[in-house]
Amino acid sequence: MSAFLSVSNLSASIRGNQQRVLRSVSFSIDTGEVLGLVGESGAGKSMIGKAVLGILPVAIDITEGEILLDGHDLLAMRPKDRRRLIGATAALIPQDPLTALNPSRRIEPQITNRLGDILGWTKATARVRAMELLDEVSIDNPERVMASYPHELSGGMRQRVLIASAFAANPKLVVADEPTTALDVTVQKQILRLIRELQARHATAMVFVTHDLGVVSKICQRLSVLYGGMVVENSTVAEFFNGPKHAYSRALLAATPKYTDPDASLLPVDESVIEQVAGEVLAADRGWRHGA
Amino acid sequence: MALDDSLFSVSALEVALPDMAAKPVFGRAPMIPILKQIDLEIGRGSVLGIVGGSGSGKSTLGRALLRLIEPVGGSIRFDGQDITHLGEDSLRPIRRRMQMIFQDPMSSLNPRRRIGAIIADPILMHGFDRIDARVDEALDHVGLPRTFRSRYPHELSGGQRQRVGIARAIALKPEFILADEIVSGLDVSSQAQVLNVLGNLVKELGLTLAFISHDLSVIRRLCDRVMVLNRGEIAEYATADELFRTPQSAYTRELLDAIPLPDPNQANW
Repeated sequence: MSAFLSVSNLSASIRGNQQRVLRSVSFSIDTGEVLGLVGESGAGKSMIGKAVLGILPVAIDITEGEILLDGHDLLAMRPKDRRRLIGATAALIPQDPLTALNPSRRIEPQITNRLGDILGWTKATARVRAMELLDEVSIDNPERVMASYPHELSGGMRQRVLIASAFAANPKLVVADEPTTALDVTVQKQILRLIRELQARHATAMVFVTHDLGVVSKICQRLSVLYGGMVVENSTVAEFFNGPKHAYSRALLAATPKYTDPDASLLPVDESVIEQVAGEVLAADRGWRHGA
Repeated sequence: MALDDSLFSVSALEVALPDMAAKPVFGRAPMIPILKQIDLEIGRGSVLGIVGGSGSGKSTLGRALLRLIEPVGGSIRFDGQDITHLGEDSLRPIRRRMQMIFQDPMSSLNPRRRIGAIIADPILMHGFDRIDARVDEALDHVGLPRTFRSRYPHELSGGQRQRVGIARAIALKPEFILADEIVSGLDVSSQAQVLNVLGNLVKELGLTLAFISHDLSVIRRLCDRVMVLNRGEIAEYATADELFRTPQSAYTRELLDAIPLPDPNQANW
């Protein structure tokens, strides 16, 4: 079975700069599968999600590689067709629910507009679908929430609205960019369960960007560990938590605090590990320049 | 339950803050109660963890301890002295003995000043001599090279910036430090580093520490006693061992259960 999303040898640079920010990134996701992109800040995990959705900052150019979405070569398409395809098949769950919602508009149009714009639904159909969705994300009173402004809702409620809005057009691919980082742990648990449920029910392929290995272990089947815009390890979740292959992944796991194990002293990621992985990044760049 | 040697003892503390959203055009804003009937003791040289969800009042409790907020009821004694309603002038000598480390090192360090000047500020303000020597000593304590004095905050990594925050707090040789969510903005690797530095300093310098966090895993590493707050009230107050082994309150158990451990086979998920 061919993958629903397949990214191969994707590299990107800041315009006017030889430095690459993504370094020959490759991974693939099947329908109904969740892939975690893990790494520390600056590792390029959000960048990959944005590249897939075609929403990279204007100053960043994809210099080589291929993104196949449902068999279509995104980078070879005309921008207008690409936007239409991505809009109809993929969706984003963003990190910060407060900045992702327009503060001066009620919730209803923020969910339904997209359905009209992209899928050509009428207002009435879109409204019915929005109500269904809010119900699906366990919002008790959809009517009231649709008429509310974002500031009238709690953080957890806002995140539910964004999840509903992401799943509204029955996307085949969802990119979740740190969707629970801004939430309290108890709310985080509810939201993770909700995402997992919706994803399973609709057999959505999902890219889950996070820095939290605990969260990865709950929601992903496979993960890619990133450093400096490069994939240092691809593993299944079971393999990874039984013993990561790469020294950097091992160090990351060792630095993650566990309240069940207070005596395990937290190990900051060792300088030598950082040197090793940074060396691999440099070596990759050297090989790349020769090839180019 | 007074400890023999407590640095802080707080009883029946009540804090309320004005609700500016409901303030009439003329006259006072109505007060919203934030903390209700808080009793606690912080033993000298011990580490107290304060946990709770957002809006539970953990930062407000910290600020009340430092008397950045004046309580509306109850009392706070610091080293035997009642500081509940002391005025700014009488607080000044006490302020030197209690310092704070902030959550976001980027916004709590002036971006236009060098690290040396930032750490020297509180030393100057309290009129101490040997400023350079004290700055160097503080940098040594947090494991940063002395050459960092001439750097600017943006040249440092997040973990290094937070260590500057710690250096500034210990430069005055305080007895008490309040650390408010100081690792929540950091990557796990630098988080471990900052926690280790802080843990060692507490032992080396005999500091008393109140550590506010929403992350129970971090609390377990560092704290002797833990207070769990829920909507401004104490849900549970116990030694760290008791709290993590046999949590008594339903709210604590809920918090613990909700933490995603790096383990795909964790129960109840």
